[in-house]
Amino acid sequence: MNDFDWGVIARSWPFLAEGMALSALLVVVSTAGGILLGLGLALMRRSDHAFIAGPATVYVTVMRSVPLILVLFWFYFLVPLVIGRPVGALASALVAFVLFEAAFYCEIIRAGINSVRAGQTEAALATGMRRSQVMRLIIMPQGLRAMTPLLFNQVIIVFQDTSLVYVVALRDFMTTASVVASRDGRPTEMYTLVAVVYLAICFSLSKAIELYGKGRAR
Amino acid sequence: MNYNWDWGVLLQQPYWGWLWSGLGWTLLISLGSWVIALSVGISAGIARCMPNRAIQIVASVYIEVFRNIPPLVQLFLWYFVFPELLPDALGLWIKRDLPNPEYVTAIVGLGLFAGARVAEQIRAGIAAVGIHLLPAALATGLRPLQAFRLILLPLGLRAVFGPLTSEFLITVKMSSISLTIGMLELTAQSRHIENYTFHGLEAFAVATVVYLLLGLSVTGLMRVIDRRFGAAKYRRASS
Amino acid sequence: MIVLNDIHKSYGRTQVLRGCTAAVKLGEVVVVCGPSGSGKSTLIKCVNGLVPIDRGSITVDGVSVTDKHTDLPALRAQIGMVFQNFELYPHMTALQNVSLAQIHVLKRSRAEADARSEQLLARVGLSSKLSSRPDQLSGGQQQRVSIARALSMDPKAMLFDEPTSALDPEMVNEVLEVMQALALDGMTMMVVTHEMGFAQRVAERVLFMDGGEILEDSPKSQFFANPSTERARQFLTKVLSH
Repeated sequence: MNDFDWGVIARSWPFLAEGMALSALLVVVSTAGGILLGLGLALMRRSDHAFIAGPATVYVTVMRSVPLILVLFWFYFLVPLVIGRPVGALASALVAFVLFEAAFYCEIIRAGINSVRAGQTEAALATGMRRSQVMRLIIMPQGLRAMTPLLFNQVIIVFQDTSLVYVVALRDFMTTASVVASRDGRPTEMYTLVAVVYLAICFSLSKAIELYGKGRAR
Repeated sequence: MNYNWDWGVLLQQPYWGWLWSGLGWTLLISLGSWVIALSVGISAGIARCMPNRAIQIVASVYIEVFRNIPPLVQLFLWYFVFPELLPDALGLWIKRDLPNPEYVTAIVGLGLFAGARVAEQIRAGIAAVGIHLLPAALATGLRPLQAFRLILLPLGLRAVFGPLTSEFLITVKMSSISLTIGMLELTAQSRHIENYTFHGLEAFAVATVVYLLLGLSVTGLMRVIDRRFGAAKYRRASS
Repeated sequence: MIVLNDIHKSYGRTQVLRGCTAAVKLGEVVVVCGPSGSGKSTLIKCVNGLVPIDRGSITVDGVSVTDKHTDLPALRAQIGMVFQNFELYPHMTALQNVSLAQIHVLKRSRAEADARSEQLLARVGLSSKLSSRPDQLSGGQQQRVSIARALSMDPKAMLFDEPTSALDPEMVNEVLEVMQALALDGMTMMVVTHEMGFAQRVAERVLFMDGGEILEDSPKSQFFANPSTERARQFLTKVLSH
């Protein structure tokens, strides 16, 4: 029972690589879409009008309170219903990820904006700039500096989150490995591999972010 | 959108009972793993701040490894791989005789994952207090270990009250991944109802509301506690 | 030039301004002083509408600040303001700080704006610091850049909100000298400050505030020689004793 067969990894490598490509696609789409939508939500939450800020706040609160798996289930069934025909697991997972991660990106962007001192807004307004100009020229460039490490960190979390598409049988890196694990009866080898690969990627990314943050603080 | 809403179906048995038992398991898994997360996390967080280099390294390795592997993968490692690596007799015992192996695996897996995050919060909390107060404490003649025990630790633990609340809520949400090893917690039960009734959206909606209420009430409760005993008191006193 | 009439302002239940009335004439320099928390910063921020008021009216050069239909940004562009904490944009050089609003508000070309900025930075004695970032400048230098930034809009009046309070003592004078030069050029100025020496040298009139009210509004000589309220007298003793 203790004889391991590491050859299974070499044999299934092309299949696993396809899984990794899907994981990467999920990360890229949910990051790009999530940041874009998150920015919109963050700006909405800053509005003085309750009917603009309110819905954004409710959206963010709800999305942040529910498990990602539940959101994946929601859209797995909801997206085909809305579109009126079957769309496949990938499309609904992409929608779920963008809508889910947007709530988290929204809070990061909002924290970045709030980290800029109120005096900066006053100073810019005092020179006659309009609110949109103040946001674009003064607040965003400074806020962006404050939020970059957190944004990168969130990308790592999103990468880890993508493993959860397992529950809708979408073949990301984790799921392809588990397919091989049960097909060839090699769970020990496959899950160890998965853990090592995730660990290597996430650890080096988070160290890189840390170094980048330290370098900038000097 | 063409969907035949029927909320009444959820009130029928056995579905209503499924939702309740799902909520019960969600709470049991969350609390069980939180006990592990707190004890391991606080120890590792303190160890990370100790002057002893060897202790620091052990704690750092734990934190980095458990933070950087997705929790689902960790769960599978505990469930499928861990028993294989043990001596045969022990491995067999886990597979055959351990009572409720899925639950134990779930709270150990989730607990150790959350523990690494808790440890990181504790470390950050102690470090934040230390920057300001360590020089002052040492200046009064306290030895480093005394300063740590009397000033940094108590203040650091109070300072992380808020972040720990969010970590607990993350654990509650994370408990849903235990459905992959067969735990019938809230999310699993709502999915289960979908399979039987084709009224999944109603079940998902109920689960969503339950998670939302759970989150809001925990946040509210913690705010009250924090106001009475926690760092909020000190923040007020110092402003 | 600036007319404040019966200004009231509360934050929540705290009343910060309770019926302030004052005026600054064209070319006049008015110093506003008073203990901390007396409402003087809030009052000066009402002038260009940075702080919306609850009751009362404000006009600047005949234009109402409180009227909903007033184009506030256009009005603010004509009033320069200098802040206690400088509030230079940390992600831009001194030159870019001064040019930014010229380009985006006055719609000057970049070359035109930069030329004007260089001129103004020379005027405040910082020709050698055009491409320095704020964190490379001393407090006094930063505040002089921020005066140049306010002047870049060719303002009709200037507001100063405790311009020297955040400065190390040895840097106070370089900023006050720039302000004094401006006053000599005939700029209309409203200055919140604790620098009573500056008030004595430059101001025409002094407003003394306490508890959200203007308790004194007198010519400088009268204020310093013979203040009419007890609280102003106490304040002067404290401020002048060191």
